[in-house]
Amino acid sequence: MTALLETRDLVKRFPVRHGLTRRLAGHVTAVDGVSLHVAAGETLGLVGESGCGKSTLARLLTRLEPPTSGSIRFAGQDLAEVDEHGLRPVRRELQMVFQDPFSSLNPRQTVRRILTSPFAYQGLKPDEPVERLLERVGLGPEHADRHPYEFSGGQAQRIGIARALALRPKLVVCDEPVSALDVSVQAQILNLLKDLQDEHGLAYLFIAHDLGAVRQISTRIAVMYLGAVVETADRDTLFGTPAHPYTRALLSAVPLPDPDAERARERIVLHGDPPSPLDPPSGCRFRTRCPRAADRCAGERPTLRVIAPGHQVACHFAERSEGNEGNIHHSSESSQ
Amino acid sequence: MTLLTVRDLTVDFASGVRAVAGLDLDLAAGQVLGVVGESGSGKSVTSLAVLGLLPRDARVGGEIRFDGRELTRLDQRALRRLRGNRIAMVFQDPLSCLNPYYPVAFQIAEAYRAHHRAGRKAAHRVAVRMLERVGIPEAERRARSYPHEFSGGMRQRVMIAMALCLEPDLLIADEPTTALDVTVQAQILDLLRELRRETGTAIMLITHDMGVVAGLADQVVVMRDGRAVERGAVHDVFHRPRQPYTRGLLACVPRIDGPLPRRLPTLAEQT
Repeated sequence: MTALLETRDLVKRFPVRHGLTRRLAGHVTAVDGVSLHVAAGETLGLVGESGCGKSTLARLLTRLEPPTSGSIRFAGQDLAEVDEHGLRPVRRELQMVFQDPFSSLNPRQTVRRILTSPFAYQGLKPDEPVERLLERVGLGPEHADRHPYEFSGGQAQRIGIARALALRPKLVVCDEPVSALDVSVQAQILNLLKDLQDEHGLAYLFIAHDLGAVRQISTRIAVMYLGAVVETADRDTLFGTPAHPYTRALLSAVPLPDPDAERARERIVLHGDPPSPLDPPSGCRFRTRCPRAADRCAGERPTLRVIAPGHQVACHFAERSEGNEGNIHHSSESSQ
Repeated sequence: MTLLTVRDLTVDFASGVRAVAGLDLDLAAGQVLGVVGESGSGKSVTSLAVLGLLPRDARVGGEIRFDGRELTRLDQRALRRLRGNRIAMVFQDPLSCLNPYYPVAFQIAEAYRAHHRAGRKAAHRVAVRMLERVGIPEAERRARSYPHEFSGGMRQRVMIAMALCLEPDLLIADEPTTALDVTVQAQILDLLRELRRETGTAIMLITHDMGVVAGLADQVVVMRDGRAVERGAVHDVFHRPRQPYTRGLLACVPRIDGPLPRRLPTLAEQT
């Protein structure tokens, strides 16, 4: 599979200013050397807790924000180098769906106007009537001449998705597209995204903090902590045999909707809060909360390394999988 | 012993909205009752009704009996004596519940002094002890910090400390972990479990998250459109739901374990 989007060592630093004179007090590195790729037609799930840099990453990939350094290759060009003018053709292929459908839809415009504006921006004529576009996201022709406030949250998110799809992009970056919605509506939107992917061969970068939603929709998953990717693997590997201590803790913290399983399970409870990105720990950024931290972790920052085909982990001590201790030697022998 | 009994509760707003439409609840001393439902199901309005904190334009009907007293007939003075003292509350957003101008221990001490005859120093000692109890490291020093110096999880711990400093019989927790990250949520849920075991405080836990209920509640009430559509022991409701709505609500949550459906089952679209 060829990568549709590929980033290399992507970094975003924001200045931090203090006081009346807006004196420069330092920098916060929101995205700290992220390399990842999304193949055509696949869904890469990106998970992490608040402040880990996942939304900043989304804004870099869609070039709503320029990166400080690093490259973003999309459809044969480096988006980090492209200027505002050159971005226009890129936007045809690369679209975004936001968390809050109401604040991302213009309240003064009708749905018809909202859904034809991508064409106007591109200087194109809509290639299909708005009604047809609405139908694709499960809304009716009667919705075309209404305003955003007349819709429920789920319906408004459908309009946001229709707008993203209008130009028939190849990749849609979805930043927490279901987290503002009720569970029953969440399920509908997740199904819709999947159906649209099957129909149009879309690729998604699906950013969320909800691990259940990420598992439901993703083919591969990347886990972020304090600006960096700490683990990537295909969906079943990540949920079945997670290797990074943070991924394990994250999974064990998700409450299961099953009283017996929930009360019986062994939980890894992390202590404290994620450290401030203003003052990240030396070495491994997870070491201050890590149950396995050792001296080496403070001095040497682990980089992503391959522990199995398609499975990368940034931890000095991660092995193939602890759940299958007995199989480790066996599988490594047979693969070498 | 039944601590809280709600019978045929109705809440009508002046706008004509009926937020709660005939609800019955029973909560025994020391038990955890989970109230689950989607937004607009009336779960938060129910908790505000129990606390007597509804806006003036709300009309409350039915009975709310707490420890043998009918709350709907109490005047504000009597309710104020009850609130905080016997019934305490923790809300979703701790930052909007804390006063940004005062140190956290001062605010806990203030709550304590509102119901107890205690001097400033004694109340401060209670506050520090409570902060220790809810797992604030270096409580003695952090007691003098302001809310903005705390993270979201720490602020929620402060709220819980404030709620529990008067050893209430009932704690109403309305989406106590919804605004928190999942690893921090796990810490707060552990804390609630531990405090409940040690203090025997009954908890009315209001949430939309089926997982949170599964891990903490003894009894569950599933609400929809201001009514209880299903109720029972947590085990029965989760493993043998009788109502299609409950089954749908459980099935449509994407899970991190178990088989992976290609499509999620959805509740019938209600638009």
